[in-house]
Amino acid sequence: MAILLNRSTRVIVQGFTGKIGSFHADDMKRYGTKLVGGVTPGKGGQTHLGLPVFNTVKGAVRETRAEASIVFVPPPFAADSIMEAADAGIKLCVCITDGIPSQDMMRVKRYMRRYRFEDRMRLVGPNCAGVITPGQALMGIMPGSIYLPGRVGIVGRSGTLGYEAASQMKALGIGVSTSVGIGGDPINGSSFKDILQLFERDDDTDAVVMIGEIGGPQEAEAAIWARDNMRKPLIAYIAGLSAPKGRRMGHAGAIISAFGESAQEKVEILKEAGVVIVPTPASFGEVVADTLARTKKAA
Amino acid sequence: MDIHEYQAKELLARHGVHVPRGGLAYSPEQATYRAREIGGSKWVLKAQVHSGARGKAGGIKLCSNDEEISNAAEAMLGRKLVTQQTGPRGKLISRLYLEEAVDIAQELYLGFVLDRKEERVMIVASAAGGMEIEEIAETAPDSIIRATVDPGVGMQRFQAREIAFGLGLEDNLIGKATETILGCYRVFRDYDATMLEINPLVVTRDGSLVALDAKMSFDENALFRRPEISELRDKSQEDPRETFASDRGLSYVGLDGNIGCIINGAGLAMATMDMIKIAGGEPANFLDIGGGASPERVAKSFRAVLGDKNVEAILVNIFAGINRCDWVAEGVIKAIREVGVDVPLVVRLSGTKVEEGRKILADSGEAVIVADTLAEAAEKAVAAWREATKNKKAA
Repeated sequence: MAILLNRSTRVIVQGFTGKIGSFHADDMKRYGTKLVGGVTPGKGGQTHLGLPVFNTVKGAVRETRAEASIVFVPPPFAADSIMEAADAGIKLCVCITDGIPSQDMMRVKRYMRRYRFEDRMRLVGPNCAGVITPGQALMGIMPGSIYLPGRVGIVGRSGTLGYEAASQMKALGIGVSTSVGIGGDPINGSSFKDILQLFERDDDTDAVVMIGEIGGPQEAEAAIWARDNMRKPLIAYIAGLSAPKGRRMGHAGAIISAFGESAQEKVEILKEAGVVIVPTPASFGEVVADTLARTKKAA
Repeated sequence: MDIHEYQAKELLARHGVHVPRGGLAYSPEQATYRAREIGGSKWVLKAQVHSGARGKAGGIKLCSNDEEISNAAEAMLGRKLVTQQTGPRGKLISRLYLEEAVDIAQELYLGFVLDRKEERVMIVASAAGGMEIEEIAETAPDSIIRATVDPGVGMQRFQAREIAFGLGLEDNLIGKATETILGCYRVFRDYDATMLEINPLVVTRDGSLVALDAKMSFDENALFRRPEISELRDKSQEDPRETFASDRGLSYVGLDGNIGCIINGAGLAMATMDMIKIAGGEPANFLDIGGGASPERVAKSFRAVLGDKNVEAILVNIFAGINRCDWVAEGVIKAIREVGVDVPLVVRLSGTKVEEGRKILADSGEAVIVADTLAEAAEKAVAAWREATKNKKAA
């Protein structure tokens, strides 16, 4: 069933009636996502896009039995919305919002630990493109048409670079089980390792493409975990070969501030852990095709 | 966002951290006058630029009379200070800070960072101060004390006290050090800092604890609620290309190459720059145009990229998701006509309505080099740049 999301996942939208929320809610609905309502404080009781609007996430969960929520709330209020979702018993929260202060995210992560691990909400993002299980459901802002349904998982920080990879794969007839954008912020809900663990357990995924970038320890952490625990092939690309030290490259988290955070150093760590490296961003398709062919032969 | 040493010291002093007496000066006359105000017989004149390692670069001078202060100020003001951290372009010195000289008995290191692995504020301290933390980590790794703060309850007094004892301070300094550490933490938390470094924090011969230097950076995502920090921004310390772009809401980083880049999405932008490098060129900038890529934003981006006189070719790479390639193509044509692009231009469009988009570019009559794939786009941009520089040399 792929990971995180499928056609029967019941989804609500936080920041439902705003311009951006409305646009993407409509898009997700048309893709086939089981959208069951939305939340905009003060607009409870109204109907929007043919769906009920609620004042609180708790109210929405009670009435619609929603399990998942996507957040389009502006940065000053987004952390509050994520915590509200966690408190209301939402199981998967995808936060698209770009620009949430780091200290707010620290508080969010701390707050989520109030719940027992089994009951804890999984957060994806913020500052991400979302999650798509091609042919089934979309919780995000990616163009559904570039993903072919298939058996390769994608996890990446960047939106458009993920599209580039998916469309190179599609051009070679390679499809995607689920694609997860974990976002470009320094403190995020799910790490590369968290998502790799899900893909490794998923019967519908044969291999995983990881798209990392400069800054932070998560790619290295994922590589070590994969070396010791992963049986499926892991294929990776790290963006930012030409990025100078100490400068923020668009994403709040894309900054080389410590040892091991440059693209070159990360590629070395990944290679040592036995990860297949995509040498240039133009060769995602080829390398995935080669790797799949080799795995098939070996099996 | 970075601020100056004197600004950081003002913030810290308001929260119970002791700093040397000092004052700001924009001219040699102001500097000597400051010396009278401060009193004493020895002063340190410090260039206020957004960089560490100023001492080795000649940005810090010990002075013992008016003449020395005045000469040092004259030599520094209006000059660009090139340190190990500024790059070859250096940073303009337009403000000086004059401080009373302090009689140092011991130098310590005290730093606060947002630790991405722990997802908490981390305090790093060492009794081996006076050198960069990277150097301490290499030469005296055992001297480094680390502690993290639970964001639910904030930093506790015992944590600050543990650090103070860990630094091996005399008993009469423990209280002062605890107050200093807690004061720093409050400044860090209350103003959404991402980095605070006091190096060195010194024990003076008369037994006080003073922040001799202070460096701070702030979370740009939190500036909406910190107008008092925005006010401290000094645009003279920024790359003018970046100031132009950021004032127009574009995410831009200036680099030293010749191929200008206009791309949507930070990851794709970095990847495209990597591809240019692999193809044998050097990117002139990072520019993420953002999700919309409206004709207005495309035009603004062209202006920002062309503001860099080193740009000899431009590569536009847009992956239209929510967007449509035909709209983006119209935006590009409109921008070319509005802004006037006099360097070779390579455009690669991908995603929704790509055929329509390419047709608009081809039918426009403008000299646009169209590319289908990322690899082709980078190769064509590098080839066009080589051709352009060859022609320039011939002319």
